[in-house]
Amino acid sequence: MNKPGIADKTSGRGISRRNFIKVLGGGVAVVLTWTDLNGLSRSLSAKPDEGSIAAWIHIHENGKISVFTGKVEVGQNIRTSLAQVVAEELAVPVDSIDMIMGDTMLTPYDRGTYGSLTTPQMGPKLRKAAASLREALAGMAAEQWKVDKQAVQAKDGRITHAGKSLGYAELTKGKKIVLPVNEQAALTPADKWTVAGTAVPKVNGRSFVTGKHQYVSDMAVPGMVYGKILRAPANGASLVSADVTKAKISSAVTIVQEDDFIGVTAPDPQTAANALAKIDARWNTTPQPSRAEIFTYLKNNSEQRDRGESKQEAARQAFSTAPVQLRQNFEIQYIAHVPLEPRAALAVWEDGKLTVWTGTQRPFGVQEELARVFSMSKDNVRVIMPDTGSGYGGKHSGEAAVEAARLAKKTGKPVKVVWTREEEFKWAYLRPGGLIEAAASAGRDGRLTSWEFHNYNSGSAGIDTPYETGVEHIQFHPSKTPLKQGSYRGLAATANIFAIESVMDDLARSLQRDPLEFRLLNLKDERLKNVLQTAATKFGWKEKKKAGHGYGIACGFVKNSYIAMCAEVTYDPSAEQLKVLRLTAAYDCGAIINPLHLENQVMGCILQGLGGALFEEIDFIDGRILNPSLSTYRVPRFADIPPLDIVLIDRKDLPSAGAGETPIVGIAPAIRNAIVDATGIKLHALPLIPQGLRKTT
Amino acid sequence: MKINVNAKDYTLDVPDNTSLLDALRVHLNLTGTKYGCGEAACGACKVLIDGHATPSCITPVASVQHKAIITIEGLEKDGKLHPIQQAFLDEDAFQCAYCAPGMIMAAVALKEKNPKPTRQEIVEAMQGNICRCCTYPRIINAISKA
Repeated sequence: MNKPGIADKTSGRGISRRNFIKVLGGGVAVVLTWTDLNGLSRSLSAKPDEGSIAAWIHIHENGKISVFTGKVEVGQNIRTSLAQVVAEELAVPVDSIDMIMGDTMLTPYDRGTYGSLTTPQMGPKLRKAAASLREALAGMAAEQWKVDKQAVQAKDGRITHAGKSLGYAELTKGKKIVLPVNEQAALTPADKWTVAGTAVPKVNGRSFVTGKHQYVSDMAVPGMVYGKILRAPANGASLVSADVTKAKISSAVTIVQEDDFIGVTAPDPQTAANALAKIDARWNTTPQPSRAEIFTYLKNNSEQRDRGESKQEAARQAFSTAPVQLRQNFEIQYIAHVPLEPRAALAVWEDGKLTVWTGTQRPFGVQEELARVFSMSKDNVRVIMPDTGSGYGGKHSGEAAVEAARLAKKTGKPVKVVWTREEEFKWAYLRPGGLIEAAASAGRDGRLTSWEFHNYNSGSAGIDTPYETGVEHIQFHPSKTPLKQGSYRGLAATANIFAIESVMDDLARSLQRDPLEFRLLNLKDERLKNVLQTAATKFGWKEKKKAGHGYGIACGFVKNSYIAMCAEVTYDPSAEQLKVLRLTAAYDCGAIINPLHLENQVMGCILQGLGGALFEEIDFIDGRILNPSLSTYRVPRFADIPPLDIVLIDRKDLPSAGAGETPIVGIAPAIRNAIVDATGIKLHALPLIPQGLRKTT
Repeated sequence: MKINVNAKDYTLDVPDNTSLLDALRVHLNLTGTKYGCGEAACGACKVLIDGHATPSCITPVASVQHKAIITIEGLEKDGKLHPIQQAFLDEDAFQCAYCAPGMIMAAVALKEKNPKPTRQEIVEAMQGNICRCCTYPRIINAISKA
């Protein structure tokens, strides 16, 4: 473990250009600034200062290669894929690269690891930085040999020319050179890749199968105690009074009380839990919405925010005269991320400086949160993020970090806080629920003529239809959520694309057209058409199905990657049993960096999506979550998993996009549409079962 | 209190109600075994107790004093991975891998009883283990190949 208490070596917004060579020692480094990154994407808001560092690669004078990025590893395997692209450009084996990630002292500022941004943004820029470094090393060797730089080659960590060679360590020895990115440095095209593009196994894989990897929840430092926090009985409750006298069950228990924040610490978690249970607290609850009325509530509390000039009237006009009309509402329940490792943090104060290890997708965001809570400079707060037990968009916040730091400050000891599963369900945040109202029409020729689409609360991601719609009005209405909500894999795209693809399927059926042909007729995007056709062919869409079986298809694209899914189902009404018999997916995210880990991402995303499609939902009454446990909140298990066939389309001619989100959007509508095909029953809610089929049969 | 873990005897002084999970993780610093749910619903905390894969989170440590407990740390022999660990590694059968120790322990117990399980037998034996990253097909492959 890194020694705590050295938060002062660098500035609070990550290491600066000025001081990092001082921290790292000699060698040659290429730095990548945010200005370099902005050349690629203008979508970054709230940027740090222009010219400040975004990432860098350093070859130490001992030859050790380190890549520094504020991105973090939560199972998506970017530790491996980023190392691969750097290794490719530097012409070194992938295991010679050490990825230093997500540490506010050691790595440059990064807004966070989310939104499928690592692969399309950080990946290409690290490639460029690595290529710049390779060119610089080639230049040094050429100068030493007094030959033309074009005549030397980089291979296996050495620069070679006419039988002579120099290792990178020999070239960097005694140097202290910091170089900017060389925009002229040539990148290896994807069709020439030998390290990138291959199935490199997970970096440090052995430490995970042996249980040796230290997640934050596993960490300990000398003198550390365990913290537990008193929680309210429901959302919207406030503390009236608390009698903590009985909680002092041993001399080793410390009780911390600061306004509404009450916590206990003890030398072991069981004693802390026993002490917490003895606190006699009284709460004032306020009336809160329940699940039964949630969709009315979300609509009634929504904003009528408009996206530019409204085409609502035009869309309604076109709708009213169309021969085929469809008007439908969809209800999307709140669901939970359920990362198997719950929130955890270990906080240490030393000489007024704070170091926190925590599992978060935004270490720099948590650093800011801590600086704010304790009214201190970011320079004195260090947040470190060891590879963590997953996030799925659910670990953007720093609750456990703040709690551990508060307890540590008061007790004067290092404190570890690990949330229980119940806390994770109740006090983290959820994927928003939402109401969607759609109205669409088509002509007898099978072409769409109008499209009106309103989403209340769940979000705007994936809200734009990929189809040629004639005239359209699409609007997201933010609302007041009674439950804490936030980011989730694919954000609202799961909800929006479920509704879009259900509407498209129902229109196809009204027109008595094949759902695949109907989609293709109304699509222009070649990549989306290609995944649809690829999935359909692999699945055998045109082949005859068995009696009682249904086929469903759906597609979608967000964040520059494309998914199409086919599903085969049966439904037995007497047993009320739905069976998903098989799934086929076709996926295109540009050039594939690691086919093995990409398949893991796509597989995991789709099968996690099976839960939200079929049975995951948060139940709540009056601000209380009723199913805050894994015995009451169902997630996919082994027996739920149908055979899944995945076709990965490797577009070496296109930039690589992130793959952690898009594959989740196709499964719910594909299964829903297969249910319609098998039974004629049209479901309009997520999750689809158990309530859906029962109600309608 | 005395327990035997990975063929070693330990003497413990723990508070009442201490689970085997806390005894392992907190008192013996064997942190390979994970907490996931606290109610035997996810399998992250599974260890072998006399050869049976058992959730340690609901097992009082006081109840296993005369039993042989094996954790993920006890599988490696002379620097060589157990065949199930090797198969998980070869198959890259995980993403965040937080579930991996519990999965591996459940699979070890299955293979002890049934060296050549069918796919259906694997599914039934592993039903108590959750992989939230959902790389289930890879885990099934790893267990089949081991």
